[in-house]
Amino acid sequence: MDVPKTIVSSSPHLHARSSTASIMWDVSIALTPAALWGVYVFGFRALAILLVSIATAVLVEYLLNMKGNNSKTILDGSAFLTGLLVGMNMPADAAFAVPVIASAFAIFVVKWTFGGLGANWVNPALAGRVFVFFSFTGLMNTYRMPRTLATVDAVGSATVLTEIKLAIGDGAVNGLSSAGVLAETGYPFTGFAGSVSSWFQQTLGIGLSPYTVDAFFGNIAGCIGEVSAFLLIAGALYLMVKKIITWHIPVSFLATFSMLAWLFGGVRNGLGLFQGDFVLQLFSGGMMLGAFFMATDMVTSPTTHKGMVIFGVGIGFFAFLLRFFGSLPESVSLAIILMNIFVPMIDRYILPKRFGETIKEPKKQEAKA
Amino acid sequence: MERIPTFRKGGVHPDDKKVLSNGMAIERLPVPAELIVPLSQHLGAPATPLKQKGDTVVAGEKIGQASSFISADIHSPVNGAIADIKKVTLANSVVTEAFVIVPDAENPLGNWPEQPYDMLSPQEMLAIIKDMGVVGTGGATFPTHVKLAVPKGKSVDALVVNGVECEPYLTADHRLMLEQTDLVLRGIMIVAKITQPKRIIIGVENNKKDAIETLRQVIASNSYPITVTPLKVKYPQGDEKQLLKATINREIPSGKLPLDVGAVVLNIGTSFAIYEAVALRKPLVERVVTVSGEAMSTKRNLRVLLGSKVADLIAFAGGVAHEPDKYISGGPMMGFAFHDDQIPVIKGTSGILALDNDPAMKAPQTPCISCGRCVAACPMGLQPTKLFRLIDNRMYADAMGMNLMDCKECGCCSYSCPAHLPLVHGMKLGKRLGRK
Repeated sequence: MDVPKTIVSSSPHLHARSSTASIMWDVSIALTPAALWGVYVFGFRALAILLVSIATAVLVEYLLNMKGNNSKTILDGSAFLTGLLVGMNMPADAAFAVPVIASAFAIFVVKWTFGGLGANWVNPALAGRVFVFFSFTGLMNTYRMPRTLATVDAVGSATVLTEIKLAIGDGAVNGLSSAGVLAETGYPFTGFAGSVSSWFQQTLGIGLSPYTVDAFFGNIAGCIGEVSAFLLIAGALYLMVKKIITWHIPVSFLATFSMLAWLFGGVRNGLGLFQGDFVLQLFSGGMMLGAFFMATDMVTSPTTHKGMVIFGVGIGFFAFLLRFFGSLPESVSLAIILMNIFVPMIDRYILPKRFGETIKEPKKQEAKA
Repeated sequence: MERIPTFRKGGVHPDDKKVLSNGMAIERLPVPAELIVPLSQHLGAPATPLKQKGDTVVAGEKIGQASSFISADIHSPVNGAIADIKKVTLANSVVTEAFVIVPDAENPLGNWPEQPYDMLSPQEMLAIIKDMGVVGTGGATFPTHVKLAVPKGKSVDALVVNGVECEPYLTADHRLMLEQTDLVLRGIMIVAKITQPKRIIIGVENNKKDAIETLRQVIASNSYPITVTPLKVKYPQGDEKQLLKATINREIPSGKLPLDVGAVVLNIGTSFAIYEAVALRKPLVERVVTVSGEAMSTKRNLRVLLGSKVADLIAFAGGVAHEPDKYISGGPMMGFAFHDDQIPVIKGTSGILALDNDPAMKAPQTPCISCGRCVAACPMGLQPTKLFRLIDNRMYADAMGMNLMDCKECGCCSYSCPAHLPLVHGMKLGKRLGRK
């Protein structure tokens, strides 16, 4: 073996063949269908917004690469993913400056000032979204109706959640369910959703509002990437199959939220307990995008499965509080950021169970013998 | 349907690559021109040399004397002469004195016919095992006579035989189970006589169905009181802690031995060595080594005299088909990469592999993204990412406080790390520096 090419290194000599880059690109792939749906229903401008967000994120990362340690972190796909998520969290009619500011804030302030990939303590894309959300409240609350609801005025509509919140704020709920409130305000729904809803009512005897059906398939006003719950879930399943995310965070989050929303959600509408329409809540707003793609961000979530469940339950709790009792219609991003803050603490105190701590059983047997 | 158990916590599923060599019958490596027999082939203190340069030796003659309680005797594998005593570095970086033995040209090999051994008492058997220098051949090379000496007041509930061979590529134990089934079982029965267990279990991973079948047949026809338990394939099931969890559902507490939970664990190669030691009075002077890896021209299972140089094994397999990226002694998950093909096969050498480097192994290190895969993969319930960070910052005492010593360097964390951090390397370093 006179050839010095032979590598001598510490074991193990095999690898599962995953890399940070492969994870980032896989998440981007999983987001693509929902993003494309956004482009389809909101038109070409949505695509432009996505491209601007992505380009800004990658460009800022590239500039920081040159300025900083000169590593080539743009190739790991994390900046692309951040940009994509920022774009998906924008209304299609946002001024182009808004995604530029959000992406730049996400990469520069949230990610790099804390030390770059792996060192940030809140999800950059989320922080970028929240930053512009509070900075440009008006711009960020102007949505257009999707193409599939094209019968109505396209620009300047409110989301389902905003309508409900406004109605509650005006005291105009009068014991109506969420769907009832929407019907009262004349909120539109697709013919398809109407027929699915009545089929459920007649065949199965289950009351499923057409708004829920529309929210599930993405025929609602909202941010570009958040509207199609169906495609987001499909993307999430892809990630689960590829073992990039586990069920722990999304399931505990959504289950906690649903439970609380069902229990207490109706109270806000003057309906009493066990009357909350949690299904509509689940499929509207940033719930699905947040649960499957934001809360599961590896850097800002706990490392143990037990910790992940606690994290998810916490998000569910805060999301419930903010959605039903907060002044803003949106809640998920704030809830996730709130729980991001707890992650170091969760990781400090929630430790995996050490192998071999239990000696009781054999001791007993020895005593018997 | 038979329920197929495994251990619960952690573990990974690397491609087992057994198919490369599991169809190859065991062949005998011809006596090499020169043997290098180190005095430290086992866990514990090196043996004391009993011979000098120029002495002639007989096959099976004791040439190194165990020097402390945890140590083992060394024997000459051949008839021949000691040409030299020199310092060698083994694959696992141990530096030790070694005899250089030139085998007799005419008649190098010893002859060990079977002798009656039924009448031997357990103590006599144990003494023979000690005398024959038997150590665990799975890789840890713990002296077998120490392991089998059950202290007064302790009883053995289960004798668990390790037929798992969970390291990818390795098929030496698999072939032994298939080809020497009866002798392996007789070795197990000898241990049963010594340790008096209430039950005997052989755990075999389910990727060796033919071995499970053969074992069961031979056990039935001899009515041995042995159960064969198929196990779900998962690395590192061949570790005694995981094996006991999988087979008898007991967890060895940190820092304790199998005996503390009433179990004795023994591997297949060791059982065979015990049979040879007790029935043939033959010392541990040869073993089965798998020669495999994508870069090896042919894949073999070789019966090799201890002290044979790795180069001899590779030459017998037809050399390497192309320059490999790595040579490994042992399995790819816990084995040692080496660069010098003049190193000898020792008692713990289970495989010699020539690997094309996994392209993933060449990937650059990136920052930890706290994905938690190492935590999920760790069979010991540790947090490799945190330990690594502490060790990286030279906080060895803190790492010790987080149970660093529980780490057995199985490699599951590094294997699953998407950031390609050298986690195991860090653990090894931290243990060494933390002990000081």
